Amino acid sequence: MKRWFQSKTINTPSPIGALLSYLALGIWAFLIIFPLYWLVITSFKISSQVAEGPFYIPFVDFKPSLDAWKYILVGDLSNDTLRNFSNTIIVAPLSALIALALGATAAYALVRFDYRPRVGAILTFIGCVILSIVTIAMGVSWQIALTVSAAAFFILLQTIGRRFKRALGNNDIAFWMISQRMLPPVAVVIPIYILFQQLHLLDTYAALIITYVTSNLPIVIWLMRDYVSTIPIELEECASIDGASRYRIFWSIVLPLAIPGLVATFLFVLVFTWNEYLLALFLSSAKVQTLPLTIAAQNATRGPQWWNMSVLILIMIVPVIVIAIVLERYITRGLLIGAVKG
Amino acid sequence: MGWALSLLIELVTMNTQPEEPQPSRFHSVISSAADRLAGSIFILPTVLALLFLSIFPLLASLYVSLAKFDIAPGGYKFTFVGLNNYRKLFTGSEGTHFLGKFASNTPLTWIVFGVVVIALAFFLARYLLNAKVSISGLIGRLLLAIGIGLLTWMLVHTLWNDGRLGTASITLVYVFVGIFFQYILGLGLALLTVQNLPGRRFFRVIFLLPMMITPVGVAYMFRMLTDTSKGPFTPIWQGLGLIDFSWVNNAWGARTAILIGDIWQWTPFMFIVLVAALESQPVEPIEAATVDGANSWQIFQHITWPAILPVSMTLILIRLIEAFKIVDLPNVMTNGGPGTATQSLTYHAYINWRALNIGSSAAVAYMLLFLVTFFAMIFVNLIRQRTVETL
Repeated sequence: MKRWFQSKTINTPSPIGALLSYLALGIWAFLIIFPLYWLVITSFKISSQVAEGPFYIPFVDFKPSLDAWKYILVGDLSNDTLRNFSNTIIVAPLSALIALALGATAAYALVRFDYRPRVGAILTFIGCVILSIVTIAMGVSWQIALTVSAAAFFILLQTIGRRFKRALGNNDIAFWMISQRMLPPVAVVIPIYILFQQLHLLDTYAALIITYVTSNLPIVIWLMRDYVSTIPIELEECASIDGASRYRIFWSIVLPLAIPGLVATFLFVLVFTWNEYLLALFLSSAKVQTLPLTIAAQNATRGPQWWNMSVLILIMIVPVIVIAIVLERYITRGLLIGAVKG
Repeated sequence: MGWALSLLIELVTMNTQPEEPQPSRFHSVISSAADRLAGSIFILPTVLALLFLSIFPLLASLYVSLAKFDIAPGGYKFTFVGLNNYRKLFTGSEGTHFLGKFASNTPLTWIVFGVVVIALAFFLARYLLNAKVSISGLIGRLLLAIGIGLLTWMLVHTLWNDGRLGTASITLVYVFVGIFFQYILGLGLALLTVQNLPGRRFFRVIFLLPMMITPVGVAYMFRMLTDTSKGPFTPIWQGLGLIDFSWVNNAWGARTAILIGDIWQWTPFMFIVLVAALESQPVEPIEAATVDGANSWQIFQHITWPAILPVSMTLILIRLIEAFKIVDLPNVMTNGGPGTATQSLTYHAYINWRALNIGSSAAVAYMLLFLVTFFAMIFVNLIRQRTVETL
């Protein structure tokens, strides 16, 4: 009797423990799978089958139909859906890739180079940004305001800026970059909106990609900085003695070694950009709307048509879920070395 | 563009030497110059991007929050109105929206508020008596005490009786209740799946899925599931006699529905990072403890928990920062309703923006930024530092 409660090795639970573990895991797995199952079967229902109350099992409870799928993919809604779907396919991976490229180089630089930006220079810079905003707000055209502030920055930098001896270190820079994630998008979206309006970039891929890249850079830096610091410096020193340039070292030694971390980070950022809603809501109006907007708009225009909505949500989540299942191994491995150091 | 250039020059001139050996003298002049610039070239794009789209909009947004937006001939104009937008947020109908409807004082209000004030006074007194007192430490703690005191004052007056929660309190409820359950569930599931069980990889992949789903999709899915007349749980509602009751029409029912959606979606994030942390834990101390006859609770308490504490703190900090931005779920699931009962601060800012109260919208966004910064600072300085240092 006792052996039912005893485990053979440290990590293997006792038979009773295993049973209870499976029970708990099973309950949670059910809680995750059931909503998804409901989503799938609802997408094969027609309106009357939804309205008449719940039917649970296709072919037994109700006769599945492809009406909703046809409606979304080839029917009335197909133009909207397909356009927004292709927008998402272009914008999300592209911004994730650019964020990864910029963030990984910056993370590497923060680990391997020493930076000493002086407090005076930074304060002067912020002062000049404020100067230009105030002058623009007072009605001066932005070209003049920018030139004047740039000139002011340059002069002040040479005179006052250099008097401050205190300098910041790499950790301060990293903290600053990562803390940008604290910024709620809604706090910065209005100036960004006006900025893109002035540059005639509203409702373009460029606007979405630029904002997505910036808002996700902090995450990339946070994850990649810890990951890069685990790569032994000796390899880079050897290559440097052999005459390899910094760029070559980064490209052919650091990047290949960082692949698990890169993949995990890419997946994280992809999920964020793929699902992003608020910024897209502000910055796109017709041409470059992304899929989350299509889904959210369903309610306003046609009331809750669950069957069509289910199709849209499925179209949206299947690609990421496939990627996640394929790359699951990498996620744990990438996080294992990177983020886990805290 | 001028700034970008001068900043480039500035960064290049202050960049110091790489710590590696100097490049060999066979290097050509050009490539060694390019090599010396490498430090700047690696980091500049990121710095510029963040300056361009974080620092500039942040400062510009501050100006917008101090201004009044008007449609003017040929476009629009902003008129400087000082703190007017902020004053409106704390008074009148906007005040009710933002802070909530304050109920009259009851004994319970005073008791709860009194307990919190005493706790804060105790916290300050302990710092003054025991630790090495520094000016910055004292100011930080005073600000914390005042902030917590004010938030408590707001919560005790809006949480019960005839009070009504404002968007600020609702956001706090989403953040703290959500994170609490996400962490507990994530940790429990992580501890179960790191056991040597057949099929654990299957569970891991399944548990990861909700995180991948767009929050808008999650919101619709939960609206569908919680429908009391057409959803899958209709027989249960019927059995309970709740068929005509829509829990989305009840303030706390709607908030609970949103919290369930949020917890469903973000537990996987806690789960996956905690799995990674648990797996990177060395096995030897656990083996030694087992040999010495420790039970699994003792092992968890004395070995596993301290080992994963730093990661947990980072994880909670990240979720804290992200959770304050919640907007998709309330927007889609309940449209912020009933009334304003499920509106988060971001949603509040969005509504004001849509009503062309751009200045007021920016002011709400800035209050959100203050709240996030306040809690992140408390967390980093008091909780995270302490737990990470003692290890």
